Amino acid sequence: MQNVVVLGGGVGGSVVANHLAKKSRRGDCKITVVDEDGKHVYQPGFLYVTLGKQNPAKLMRDERTLLKRRVDMVTSRAERIDAGERTVHLAGGKKLDYDYLVIATGSTLHPEQVPGFEGAHHFYSLEGSIGLRNALMKFNGGDVVIAVGGVPYKCPPAPAESACLLDYYFTKRGIRDKVNLKFLSPLGRVFPLESLDPLVTEVFKQKNVETTIFFNIESIDPKSKKVESLEGETVSYDLLIAIPPHSGADVVIDSGLGDRGGWIPTDRHSLLAKGHGDIYVVGDATDIPISKAGATAHYEGLVVGDNIAARLKGQSPPDNYDGKVTCFCDAGFHKGIMMTFDYENPPVPPPLNRRHYLGKMMINRLYWMLIPKARV
Amino acid sequence: MDRTVDARDTFCPGPLMELIRAVKEGEVGEVIAVWSKDAGSQRDIPLWIEKAGHELLAVNEKEEYNEFVIKKLR
Ligand SMILES: Cc1cc2nc3c(=O)[nH]c(=O)nc-3n(C[C@H](O)[C@H](O)[C@H](O)COP(=O)(O)OP(=O)(O)OC[C@H]3O[C@@H](n4cnc5c(N)ncnc54)[C@H](O)[C@@H]3O)c2cc1C
Repeated sequence: MQNVVVLGGGVGGSVVANHLAKKSRRGDCKITVVDEDGKHVYQPGFLYVTLGKQNPAKLMRDERTLLKRRVDMVTSRAERIDAGERTVHLAGGKKLDYDYLVIATGSTLHPEQVPGFEGAHHFYSLEGSIGLRNALMKFNGGDVVIAVGGVPYKCPPAPAESACLLDYYFTKRGIRDKVNLKFLSPLGRVFPLESLDPLVTEVFKQKNVETTIFFNIESIDPKSKKVESLEGETVSYDLLIAIPPHSGADVVIDSGLGDRGGWIPTDRHSLLAKGHGDIYVVGDATDIPISKAGATAHYEGLVVGDNIAARLKGQSPPDNYDGKVTCFCDAGFHKGIMMTFDYENPPVPPPLNRRHYLGKMMINRLYWMLIPKARV
Repeated sequence: MDRTVDARDTFCPGPLMELIRAVKEGEVGEVIAVWSKDAGSQRDIPLWIEKAGHELLAVNEKEEYNEFVIKKLR
């Protein structure tokens, strides 16, 4: 019996474990998911927490309840991977041996890497979103600035989405005319997807969102309420929303498997860690230069599940990841945008409409039933 | 070349973000190459390099992509 160990019980890890359980027989392998706190968090819901439209408790579930019964679950922190010995060392001294390892440890936030970050709010964790919600509730007017504190960061469209949703939020509160919304883009355009940029630029114009391009945060001065970019510009704020810098997980860095940012060099088609025939990587943890998104982790997870199942039967891996990503963005006022693309096919500029808004709302509702359980 | 970033076939977030990442992570004096198929990179990458105070050493046109070679200056 072979051992498959999956590190991380988020989107990618859950999809791999459940899909593999479906595609393999009980006698073929033992599947073990290791997760630090045993909790699975639905991160796209954070944006709605900030607006007071989402109960934070509903965004978190016990990972055990999302896994098929035959999948073992260990709640513990993985501290080190010994790729030579094919062993994972857990906190407290326990060890797990593997024949195949899947690393799905996501990304880690590092607000401390930006001097003065304590002067900012963010919506990239549950606690951060609750803090921002409370700050927004007390906010009655002034400059609200949205900026990016480090690249790469997950869900690249999320900052633009938050600008649109804040326009909606302040309009609903009847104070939109007292709020100046400023969006500082790290790139040379306001939206990361080039073909959609003209549409989003137009939307920002209509919503009166002021934009600055090429602004990557270098430091924040909470006393004078100013944020400075590494390109040398300074912008003042009354309320700052900043995306914290990200890195790969500590266990990746401490095991010498990551690059300088802690992302694992990964073959973009096979999803094997480069130089390792028995370690797969899915989700945010890879160094593949595509969106770090739940949709990416989901599609990658299905490929890895299929490939491990085939290899356990002595067959060659049947699937290649084609770079597929699909995302929905909420543009406020019940309108949305959906985008689909892969390595070969750039996204086609879609219309902004109610149907795609409803698509996003549907995923928010059906996520727990469909995605971690690998039913789609 | 100290580092080569292959950002071909990536539409979101795209080659410029990969370049910004590599420059932020790199040491002063390091030479970084970025491969891009993105038409927007022709405009974006030189503009960003100028604004951020680094040096564009070369733009090499390859068969299906462009190679931008950058030196980190600060
Ligand atoms: C505000 C916001 C909005 C977003 N919106 C969207 C969206 O609309 N669409 C979309 O597709 N994506 C969206 N995303 C991105 C998406 O949530 C992530 O990209 C996705 O969760 C990545 O999946 P993952 O499996 O790689 O990592 P995660 O889901 O983050 O899971 C990683 C897991 O690994 C565990 N772990 C880490 N280190 C260890 C260790 N040492 N030992 C044991 N366990 C460990 C963690 O506890 C965690 O449970 C959004 C993200 C944010 C923050």
